[in-house]
Amino acid sequence: MTATTPAPSAPVAAPEPPVLAAVDVTKHFAVRSAVGARSVVRAVEGATLDLHRGRVVALVGESGSGKTTLARLLAGFYTPTSGEIALEGVPVRQRRGRVERSYHKDVQLIFQDPFGSLNPLHRVRHNLERPLKLHHGVRGKAELDRRVRELLERVALTPAEQYADKFPHELSGGQRQRVVIARALAVEPKVLLGDEPISMLDVSIRLEMLNLLDRLRTEDGLALLYITHDIASARYLCDDVVVMYAGEMVEGGPKEQVIADPQHPYTRLLVESSPDPGRGARDRDALFDADADGLGEPPSLIDPPPGCRFHPRCPFAMDVCRTQAPPRADLGDGRWARCWLHAADRTITQENE
Amino acid sequence: MVTQFVPDTDRPDAGTTSARRADGDVLHVTGLTVEYVTDGDPVRACADVTFTLRRGEILGVAGESGSGKSTLITALTRLQRPPAVTTGGSIVFYPRDGGPAIDLVTATPKALRALRWTSLSIVLQSAMDALNPVMRLGAQFADALRTHDRTLTKDAAWARAAELLATVGISGDRARSYPHELSGGMRQRASIALALACGPELVVMDEPTTAVDVVMQRQILAQVLRLRRTLGFAVVFVTHDLSLLLELADRIAIMYAGRIVELGTARELYDDPRHPYTRGLRDSFPPLHAPLTRLTGIPGTPPDLRRPPSGCPFHPRCPQRFAGCDTDLPELVTKGGHSVACRLHEPTGRPDPVPDPASGPASGPASARTEGGAS
Ligand SMILES: Nc1ncnc2c1ncn2[C@@H]1O[C@H](COP(=O)(O)OP(=O)(O)OP(=O)(O)O)[C@@H](O)[C@H]1O
Ligand code: SF4
Ligand code: SF4
Ligand SMILES: [Mg+2]
Repeated sequence: MTATTPAPSAPVAAPEPPVLAAVDVTKHFAVRSAVGARSVVRAVEGATLDLHRGRVVALVGESGSGKTTLARLLAGFYTPTSGEIALEGVPVRQRRGRVERSYHKDVQLIFQDPFGSLNPLHRVRHNLERPLKLHHGVRGKAELDRRVRELLERVALTPAEQYADKFPHELSGGQRQRVVIARALAVEPKVLLGDEPISMLDVSIRLEMLNLLDRLRTEDGLALLYITHDIASARYLCDDVVVMYAGEMVEGGPKEQVIADPQHPYTRLLVESSPDPGRGARDRDALFDADADGLGEPPSLIDPPPGCRFHPRCPFAMDVCRTQAPPRADLGDGRWARCWLHAADRTITQENE
Repeated sequence: MVTQFVPDTDRPDAGTTSARRADGDVLHVTGLTVEYVTDGDPVRACADVTFTLRRGEILGVAGESGSGKSTLITALTRLQRPPAVTTGGSIVFYPRDGGPAIDLVTATPKALRALRWTSLSIVLQSAMDALNPVMRLGAQFADALRTHDRTLTKDAAWARAAELLATVGISGDRARSYPHELSGGMRQRASIALALACGPELVVMDEPTTAVDVVMQRQILAQVLRLRRTLGFAVVFVTHDLSLLLELADRIAIMYAGRIVELGTARELYDDPRHPYTRGLRDSFPPLHAPLTRLTGIPGTPPDLRRPPSGCPFHPRCPQRFAGCDTDLPELVTKGGHSVACRLHEPTGRPDPVPDPASGPASGPASARTEGGAS
């Protein structure tokens, strides 16, 4: 069988400026408990991320680590508490918590749930025509028909005529998710943010979606953010991986290096915990050897551990880890990790933020 | 406390349905058929399901959504509710103590109650389904423990609850907590500890770790395996995640449209999947470390069981279908302990033997895709 990778990772040529960039973005939510006590959820802390044309960045991490919050920040649905998001170098301005409509024309977010995100009362055609009219002022039945057909063909829903007149509930989960992607494409965005776009789909049809996203990157040069908790699918699709833990980005770099040779203890735990069909049917006891004491929980984001947020679960934790947040250490070849094990000078007292 | 598990030897006659000679087996399921009987046509969500579960074994059941996995689980544990009806088959349970075999399908509610917790227990995807939200954890454990052993005092039961929680990494003082005071992962572990409280011989798990993160999943399963080594219970583990089962299970049953289409050891299913659906499913999981190749998944979508396809239920999506697949239903045929329901592997199936594309020495998930099998 031919062994072509889904998309050969683009060579790291002269760095083109990113289409979308987050610089030191933080999001805190004020919440009030049932008894009225106020507290702050530190959902995303100091996130920095570049999305480039024709490249896919995978954002991986456990639930509650801030992946969706970051996606919503990038999509303009939340205002950062601090830090900046820039589209093609221009900082995004918000007025009364809203970005301008033109922002959504360039940056589209697709959600996990292919059931909730289409208007169930309208046929596929209507769901696709709306963004065409709204963002591109497409008028006239013939032109609309042509564009709807084109969109459905791009997401491989053919014959298009047959799908255009169906209601969302008449489609399978995979077909619906393709309509959701077609609707995002109708806007002709430069950036597509996918928040767990395949996790609700049946295993056998997930590949189709990943291959479709891959085509959008290679053929249309979209910049993609692929959010997932499934590292194997991230490796299949993406160029670079960024790992989040408890609201912070802890490691990033080219996918193969990060996955084959994780430098942050959390990344290592995540990779080792992920099922790998390639190593399947091996010694079971070696694959499942955690002891009961090792059962760690992700920390509360209201009162995160001081220092490195991973320290209560980290087998390598040192004294410094319990008091000071580790700086971001550059490891060469585009790799970096935020861990004291990699800080050049461990006596550094100055925080990196 | 708990009786130490004595590992049983491999019996040559494993798989026999003779009630007297089942000492190595916990369960014989034969021809089990479950239908949802509603206004329209009945939906057959489990059709003619047959398998044997050995003592202390982990049997994985993998399939896509709607393939009948949960239906099978609720039927096995007799927790099924209308409109589900068992319309055929038997589920014969062989108690460890050598007591008489019991067919769970025809057993009285009283007989079933006597088995619950002590012989047979269940873990569901959402721990909230198993835990009572208005009872402290310790009280729920005490209830289960005291139905099993009437002589146990309340204090002793609470003490035992704390011990059991500790085995899944929850500190004993959490026995005083209500379920909602625990994190999702802790609740799931508590419900596993509860299922194991009375030393059952068989634990049935329906997607027990689908709602938790991979790190927590691995830790929970490590605990289950550790406890299984000392207690010796058998597990039926249902999930859509075949890549997990390949690491976890002794044997795996693949379900499609309510039927078992293949059953073999984890290694057999990975190295030499015989059913085209199994092969497609295996090749739907990108590897984490092996070289990447382009994967295609399986074209089409799983069938709607309200209108099941004729003949082989997989034929509309099968890359290797041939004349007759759309009319003839293949039977599950066992050869050397490896069972498959596909006409390619029936003795009288296709006149010319079909080369198995996955049996080459270098077969991996990626090298094994068949091309142009549908001719
Ligand atoms: N209460 C019900 N009434 C009618 N049909 C039902 C009912 N519950 C399930 N079914 C049908 O039975 C079939 C099998 O369902 P089941 O829940 O056993 O599948 P599953 O393999 O567990 O799927 P999943 O992976 O989504 O959990 C499906 O076609 C489903 O629609
Ligand atoms: S900074 Fe310290 S606690 Fe944090 S991951 Fe590194 S070694 Fe572990
Ligand atoms: S019986 Fe025919 S259609 Fe069914 S899996 Fe085998 S080859 Fe494919
Ligand atoms: Mg189910």
